[in-house]
Amino acid sequence: MRDKLRLDPSQIARARTAATRIAADMDEFIAKRTTVAVERTVLRLMGVDGVDSEGVPLPNVVIDHLLQKGELEKGAAFWVVNAGVQYGLTPQQVAERVASGSLDLTSISRCDGEALRREGSRLAAAGLNRIAANRKDREERIRRLGEGRKPYLYVIVATGDIYEDVIQGKSAARQGADIVAVIRSTGQSLIDYVPFGATREGFGGTYATQENFRLMRKGLDEVGEEEGRYIRLCNYCSGLCMPEIAAMGAMERLDVMLNDALYGILFRDINMQRTLIDQAFSRMINAYAGIMINTGEDNYLTTADAVEAAHTVLASQFINEQFALQSGLPPEQMGLGHAFEINPELEDGFLLELAQAQMARQIFPEAPLKYMPPTKHMTGNIFKGHLQDAMFNLVSIMTGQGVQLLGMMTEAMHTPHIHDRKLAIENAQYIFNNARHLGEEILFRPGGRIEQRAQEVLNRAVAMLEDVEKIGLFTALERGMLADVKRSRTGGKGLSGVLEKGEDYYNPLETELRKRIGLPRREEEQAHGCGLEAN
Amino acid sequence: MAVDLRRIKPYGDTMDDGAVQLSFSLPVPCGEEAREAARQLVAQMGMEDPQVYHMADLGEGYTWFIVYGKCMHRVDFTRIRVPKVKSDRMDFYQINEWIRKRIGRKVVVIGACTGTDAHTVGIDAIMNMKGYDGEYGLERYPEIDAYNLGSQVPNEEMLAKAIELKADAILVSQVVTQKGIHIANLTQLVELAEAEGLREKLILICGGPRINHEMALELGYDAGFGPGSLAPDVASFIVQELVRRQQGTDG
Repeated sequence: MRDKLRLDPSQIARARTAATRIAADMDEFIAKRTTVAVERTVLRLMGVDGVDSEGVPLPNVVIDHLLQKGELEKGAAFWVVNAGVQYGLTPQQVAERVASGSLDLTSISRCDGEALRREGSRLAAAGLNRIAANRKDREERIRRLGEGRKPYLYVIVATGDIYEDVIQGKSAARQGADIVAVIRSTGQSLIDYVPFGATREGFGGTYATQENFRLMRKGLDEVGEEEGRYIRLCNYCSGLCMPEIAAMGAMERLDVMLNDALYGILFRDINMQRTLIDQAFSRMINAYAGIMINTGEDNYLTTADAVEAAHTVLASQFINEQFALQSGLPPEQMGLGHAFEINPELEDGFLLELAQAQMARQIFPEAPLKYMPPTKHMTGNIFKGHLQDAMFNLVSIMTGQGVQLLGMMTEAMHTPHIHDRKLAIENAQYIFNNARHLGEEILFRPGGRIEQRAQEVLNRAVAMLEDVEKIGLFTALERGMLADVKRSRTGGKGLSGVLEKGEDYYNPLETELRKRIGLPRREEEQAHGCGLEAN
Repeated sequence: MAVDLRRIKPYGDTMDDGAVQLSFSLPVPCGEEAREAARQLVAQMGMEDPQVYHMADLGEGYTWFIVYGKCMHRVDFTRIRVPKVKSDRMDFYQINEWIRKRIGRKVVVIGACTGTDAHTVGIDAIMNMKGYDGEYGLERYPEIDAYNLGSQVPNEEMLAKAIELKADAILVSQVVTQKGIHIANLTQLVELAEAEGLREKLILICGGPRINHEMALELGYDAGFGPGSLAPDVASFIVQELVRRQQGTDG
């Protein structure tokens, strides 16, 4: 089918080239480093879980132990696998002994490289096989049960109590929701560990824990069986524990993860080095687990004007796309974000929204675009709010969006009540059904307002990306070129958790992951290839 | 029919008809018993002739209703008293002029979402250069030094920054109000400021969608700004309060 908008293909290519260079430049930086969160993730994927007598998660206990000894540069796997080989222990048993103080990992004699490599590969394969099995399980369930039509209806639950969330999530699924996202407790992005166990108290949301993931998964599977439709579960793979959350989500068969390369830097003041390293590993896990990521471009518009700043959304989508590709995440799993945030008082605002949504659709044809509802201009007038959400739904069905985060009429007021969700779903179902094929019948007037607007946004995005490319992403972030937020390279939270990899750094999980998702090997792996990795 | 302001009640299409629309859910399965339960509940709320116009199954044993009733209660409008922020709203130019003429130095304002709150929409609308809804933010005011500290700023850090920058005013934005978390957080800032002996030196202001002036005063703040407030509302209060305090101390 012919494109509805005639966008200049050379401009799209220029934008993509600039974004590719921005991401490639960063990948060189990322390749040489690891973080405490990446190392904790390696342990989790090798089966380490639980907490010590003080309630500290065991992955944190082991990583803190190695940091204290100044030996984390070798990679946590090196020490834990070595201890396992020497004493015949599983990684979990090793971690428990470190927690009880009966084991100092760095004072154990070293096993030979071949034995280490063999055990490391075995553990890595076992960890990843569990994720592969979950992916297969998801595919089978979808084949058997079917799934909702796109745009998927995405709703949020956020009671703070996981057991209440399960009820709300099941109710939403019965009403027609395709994706249930559990909003995290405010502040979780800034804690450098993942809480353990089921939680019943949170603020503005519910803590992301592996047990909470499991409980919600179980609830949605039950309701999915009864409703005859696979219900997707979504959580937040962001903040200081980005890769750990990815691993937990992959182990509990989550389907969708909020996972933005830059969001934490810009909007949570997390150190830029930390976030960029963490996002790379987290996205490899999401890629392998078949999890669709959702990026957070809507945040660019929460304070900036949605007309004025539209190109920043597009520029960020290009950057997110390239970072995702660097991590082996295919376009079909890229839920690139954008939002319906133009002031409803603006004449022809709907026309501009339509232009931008169609533009994103054409530029990222394979991506299941994640479309975010009006929030900034929602008021206490819930009746008007319901109409704003209807306009948003109409743009979505006309432009073939992939994931529709349903707007709630009570958006500006409180976390959704059970019937707010019902009304939001009814609204979307009515409009999606009533206007299902409307978009296919429409071509926009060549050279008209909509086409011109889309081209203008694209041109401005190209200029912005080429500026960022010239100075590099770090400098661009320091100068406040993205979202008008200035961040320093050494500022923000979490920098102390960034380490340069030692010469003999060992991470069998990353090696195995890169192999399985078809990414080139890292340099240190090639070094191992000569000795340690001889195969 | 004339309104009796001492005895007002809701108006639908006829004076004193008491017409009220309600929407709520009950944790019971959808059915005639649910409908009757909703009707009885609304009757207990003080409504005559409750009518359940719509009922829908939410699944999991929950039902949603739209109910109309006629309110029996009345309010004496002549006795209503509401505390309001005492300042005259000036515009961008008037505020800067006021500072130049009557304060004679830059006014320092710091703002943040404090505690665990990460929702900066409100504070950004007041502080950021671009402002909101056609009104510049405080950063744009030539006579104001505005510092937006961002989100999730601990109260201790906020006060330390106030001392460092010799702030005249602190703006605290609170969006998340689940389980009253904002109350505890707002109260803690006042207590800390008092403990540090800073309370009298600072103009403490809070704002957010569920904040109002009366609540702010109760919590020990100088002013509270609810939804729809813009930078000039806040700035007008700050500069006028500064002058009021100057005059107070000057005798």
